[in-house]
Amino acid sequence: MKKVFARTPVLTDANMHYCPGCTHGVAHRLVAEAIDELGVQGRTVGIAPVGCAVMAYNYLDIDWMQAAHGRAPAVATGIKRVRPESVVFTYQGDGDLAAIGTAEIVHAAMRNERITVIFINNATFGMTGGQMAPTTLIGQKTTTTPRGRDVKTWGYPLRVAELLAAINGDLYIARVSLHDPANVMKAKRAILKAFKTQVEDRGFSMVEVLSGCSTNLGISALEALRWVEENMIPYYPLGEFRTPGGVA
Amino acid sequence: MPERLLMKGNEAAAEAAIRAGCRFFFGYPITPQNELPEYMARRLPEVGGVFLQAESELAAINMVYGASGAGARVMTSSSSPGVTLKQEGISYLAACELPCVIVNMVRGGPGLGGIQPAQSDYFQATRGGGHGDYRTLVFGPGSVQELAEVMMRAFDVADKYRNPVVVLGDGVLGQMMEPVEFPDDYTPDIPEKPWACTGKGEGPKRLINSLYLVPELLEKHNLHLQEKFSAMERDEPRWEEVDLDDAAVVVVAYGTTARVSRAAIEMARAEGIPAGMIRPITLWPFPVTPFEKCVGRARAFLSVEMSMGQMVEDVRLAVAGRAPVRFYGRTGGVIPSPREVLAAIRDAFKAGEAQ
Repeated sequence: MKKVFARTPVLTDANMHYCPGCTHGVAHRLVAEAIDELGVQGRTVGIAPVGCAVMAYNYLDIDWMQAAHGRAPAVATGIKRVRPESVVFTYQGDGDLAAIGTAEIVHAAMRNERITVIFINNATFGMTGGQMAPTTLIGQKTTTTPRGRDVKTWGYPLRVAELLAAINGDLYIARVSLHDPANVMKAKRAILKAFKTQVEDRGFSMVEVLSGCSTNLGISALEALRWVEENMIPYYPLGEFRTPGGVA
Repeated sequence: MPERLLMKGNEAAAEAAIRAGCRFFFGYPITPQNELPEYMARRLPEVGGVFLQAESELAAINMVYGASGAGARVMTSSSSPGVTLKQEGISYLAACELPCVIVNMVRGGPGLGGIQPAQSDYFQATRGGGHGDYRTLVFGPGSVQELAEVMMRAFDVADKYRNPVVVLGDGVLGQMMEPVEFPDDYTPDIPEKPWACTGKGEGPKRLINSLYLVPELLEKHNLHLQEKFSAMERDEPRWEEVDLDDAAVVVVAYGTTARVSRAAIEMARAEGIPAGMIRPITLWPFPVTPFEKCVGRARAFLSVEMSMGQMVEDVRLAVAGRAPVRFYGRTGGVIPSPREVLAAIRDAFKAGEAQ
């Protein structure tokens, strides 16, 4: 019989703990495919965050370090400076990267650390039960904004890709979404490009991945994908904000 | 002949680290330890290492965590408020069994405090400092020479136990210049680190992690860590004994206050008070053995500190109610004078006589 589909080699066969409809699984696979296609599995080190993806180390067959909340870019810096030949990436959510870890991500980008950052923006603190994130949309109800996020109290949601794109240097900064197959393919290309930016020693790379959290939004998986398309993309435009060598 | 150099404590600590094979330094500026990172910024690139000034103490200690996880001999240095920020990372380093060296040139606190020398971070250093059940091995050197020696040893014991090691100095030790000798032809003995995350190659994946969601497994991990801490308590205490054989008043002091106390003990002896000193060189594990030698004979123990009384609690634990334990301390950056310590020795001697 002809084999038409096989598990991506870099993925382990562990059952993922993510909620049904969560796109962490898709993002994990795209990262695994990029590592596989670049042939760098044996020299890749992943940094797992604090958040829903804390156990990412169970799902990719590579070396892993688990980091304190928000500190993944600093941990990645330590590894990369010791082992410049290794391929180092962080996998972080919006609480981890855009709240408690804001200083670490900005300065890793400023130093143009040769690391890759996969930033999952689902507009909420998923693991702790759906509290407000810096990326929570205006009007979005969360357990800590029960009447919806209002600008007067909380300000506007943070656009991380645009923020990092303001930093000088050869950076690769892109925002993608996983709400439909065409966008998943685009996300794949961006993640591959991000890893290539590191492998070719060109500079820092970050891909912001828009993602739905059906559990905390209290909607179905399909509705969560539609929610990303209809509510997140208008505020978080997709595309490449910086490519090594200049502004995209 | 060993090389003899005149160096500031901060510089000697940095040079000793490099000679011990440390090639990576991550830190953030803070007085009174800036000469240490500045020395590293000059020297490390010359020996193929990396100096990196981080955006914060939090970032610096987490860079140390990453570098140690990648198998490097690595250190950071700071002073009191900065070391408080590092506690998050130190807890993770201990939990993940990652070796590193942390220098704290202590200044007066609490809060922003001052920039003058103090010993008021003793509790923080010797009780773990961050969250969870863990300990760090803590050295409290008393001279620039001893600072250099314990720095070199610190990297070895950090690797031996796979645990963070703290070198607790103060502004005096960091800033003062003294002659220091480094051993000739010293080659650091750095063990293999097969657990390091360097990319798995063709082998099985490695994981450096402190998350244990099953309570029984987390308890088991803690019991494993505790075995290492017990081994440290058994094998690592170091101390110096000064005039202990006939001492009626036993001063207990480390670092800068031990230097002051040494002068006070000579003055006491000159006026007929047999005073002696236990000078802990490791603050954790605290050296309890020398207390057993003199606890039956001593009229009193006197803990002398640049704090409001922290190490005195360990002295009480070591003496265990068998003799009076007294305390004399100045704090906030004030260094006690030998005359003040002499007065405290006299008081302890007289009070003991009255009993």
